[in-house]
Amino acid sequence: MKKIKVGIIGTGNIGTDLLIKIQRSDVLQCSIFMGRNPDSIGIRKAESMGVRTSLDSIDAIVKDPSCCEIVFDATSAKAHFYNAPILKKLGKYTIDLTPSQVGKMCVPAINMSECLDVDNVNLVTCGGQAVIPLVDAIMRVHPDTSYVEVVASISSKSAGAGTRANIDEFTQTTKDAIISLANAPKAKAIIVLNPAEPPMLMHNTIYAKIDRPDIDRLRDEILSAAEKIQDYVPGYKVTLGPAAERGRVTTMIEVVGLGDYLPKYSGNLDIITCAAVRVAEEYAGNRILKMGIRR
Amino acid sequence: MSEILFFDSTLRDGSHAVKHNLVADDISQYCQNADSIGFHTIIVGHGNGLGASSLQVGESAISDEQMLTSARKNLQKTRLGVFLIPGFGTIRDDLSPAIELGVDLVCVASHCTEADVTKQHIEYSRQMGRDAYGILMMQHRASKEQLLQEALKMQDYGAQGVILMDSAGSSVVDETAERISYLVERLNIAVGFHAHNNLGLAIANSYVAIKAGASIIDGTVRGFGAGSGNCQLEVLAGLLWKLKINSHLDFFGLLNLSENIVAKMMLKPQGITATGLVSGLAGIFSGFAPHVEEAAKRYGVCPWELFIELGRRKMVAGQEDFIVDVAMYLAQRKKTGEDGYQIEALL
Repeated sequence: MKKIKVGIIGTGNIGTDLLIKIQRSDVLQCSIFMGRNPDSIGIRKAESMGVRTSLDSIDAIVKDPSCCEIVFDATSAKAHFYNAPILKKLGKYTIDLTPSQVGKMCVPAINMSECLDVDNVNLVTCGGQAVIPLVDAIMRVHPDTSYVEVVASISSKSAGAGTRANIDEFTQTTKDAIISLANAPKAKAIIVLNPAEPPMLMHNTIYAKIDRPDIDRLRDEILSAAEKIQDYVPGYKVTLGPAAERGRVTTMIEVVGLGDYLPKYSGNLDIITCAAVRVAEEYAGNRILKMGIRR
Repeated sequence: MSEILFFDSTLRDGSHAVKHNLVADDISQYCQNADSIGFHTIIVGHGNGLGASSLQVGESAISDEQMLTSARKNLQKTRLGVFLIPGFGTIRDDLSPAIELGVDLVCVASHCTEADVTKQHIEYSRQMGRDAYGILMMQHRASKEQLLQEALKMQDYGAQGVILMDSAGSSVVDETAERISYLVERLNIAVGFHAHNNLGLAIANSYVAIKAGASIIDGTVRGFGAGSGNCQLEVLAGLLWKLKINSHLDFFGLLNLSENIVAKMMLKPQGITATGLVSGLAGIFSGFAPHVEEAAKRYGVCPWELFIELGRRKMVAGQEDFIVDVAMYLAQRKKTGEDGYQIEALL
């Protein structure tokens, strides 16, 4: 089967995890892996896999625009502000894994179909990917929810330099997306890094203020939203709730990663890289179909 | 000995002790009476800082804006400070509006091994012409070498000082002295200490920190603060007076502030309860106490065991949602009849 060529910018935790996941894809082929850091473990990993690498970051695509059709940006929000207009000019379908909010915010379980005909898709944050489909479920059952709060705990080891440099955008973008994608009237996002050894699994808590919660319906909708995420993130699990007390409904989630690049505690990598691959595969599938028709 | 700068966290850490229920009048009245004491900065806000009013750690009775406006009106001589933990507050929603309201100084805090998340907020505060200090919370969880590495990052970002925060009140004096002098010798910026009193050592730790070269002491009047409370500033000032070390504080003014203003804000006298002591031994952030007691009651488990298990799992400030998780785990274990904790589990 024909594969669509993709490029990855950013050789840190997220970029490298993507690289490994793409190797398994039936429709995607990583044709170039780009960064700036010559000492990056990711670059060596790509070389050992026989993937073309470059230390010129986005300039590699500028010099050789035909090297890929889809570009994943796994750098930082700041770098993506620079990369986005260049990729747009080159006509690359761009999947942004930084919290830049440049492109259309996308959570595959909610709005993937709207994200395939734009030029730049923003995958919010790992915290956003983990909670937004469930917040959406809560809002559908209870449009009267007055406030939603989410807390994401991630292990320090799985939060790379980019995530740390972007902690402010990470927090802000997660909150903004809860409001804009899941329709919460008011929201807050809290992000906590925990350095414990052995590293803790990615853990998320969702609180919703609801006066008279219909817990049975909430449970049904939350669990079916969780199942949709499990389609592309098998280690996603609701561990507690929804449970109601004193006008608030609490739901907790754990995300176990596939252990591709970092060990299984890094569910925060998987939740966003799996979402990215899911979007890219959908886009690529459509492209292949069109090419087939044209032939 | 260089002059000691006193950072007064009474209104910020005290917020924990009254479940974040301080109102505008409390803040106005306190600031009116505290402005002439000689503090370098009065830090105002929710116990976990700007933007932290939440279901996770507790909701404030009034908004950050109301708190800062009340304080700003009543401070002429003393800097108005705020506390911010990246991951709770953001620049757009919280820090930028606070600076608009006239905040002079920003304390940017992270867990002791995660200083790189403070870069954006320290740099932003400095760019806006405000003072910025870095806070390493839960400092007992890191070695002095690790603390130095993290403090150097904050120095690079532009912080004018770094304060070690003994969030769990679990530090002992020899170690405090060693850590402070290690940092003082190797940093170009001021070094400070913020104590908690879970092991009854808040004054002693603050005193040895000064002896070891700390030039910032962060404490609270009457010890008003999370868990077992903080370094009680009037007691420290009295001790320095006795030792003929000039604190530049108005000692009698401080006593008045304690007796006539802060005493009235408190729900109960600040003391070391059994739970506070165990929380210090377990090395868990003092602000967890009310949530732990509530969860222990709800799930029928021992709050001391709950603290110890949270300590074993190395929970950090901001992870209050895990308290329920762990309480349920202990309740389950109790049903299956496994042994309770021994004190050795702590060591």
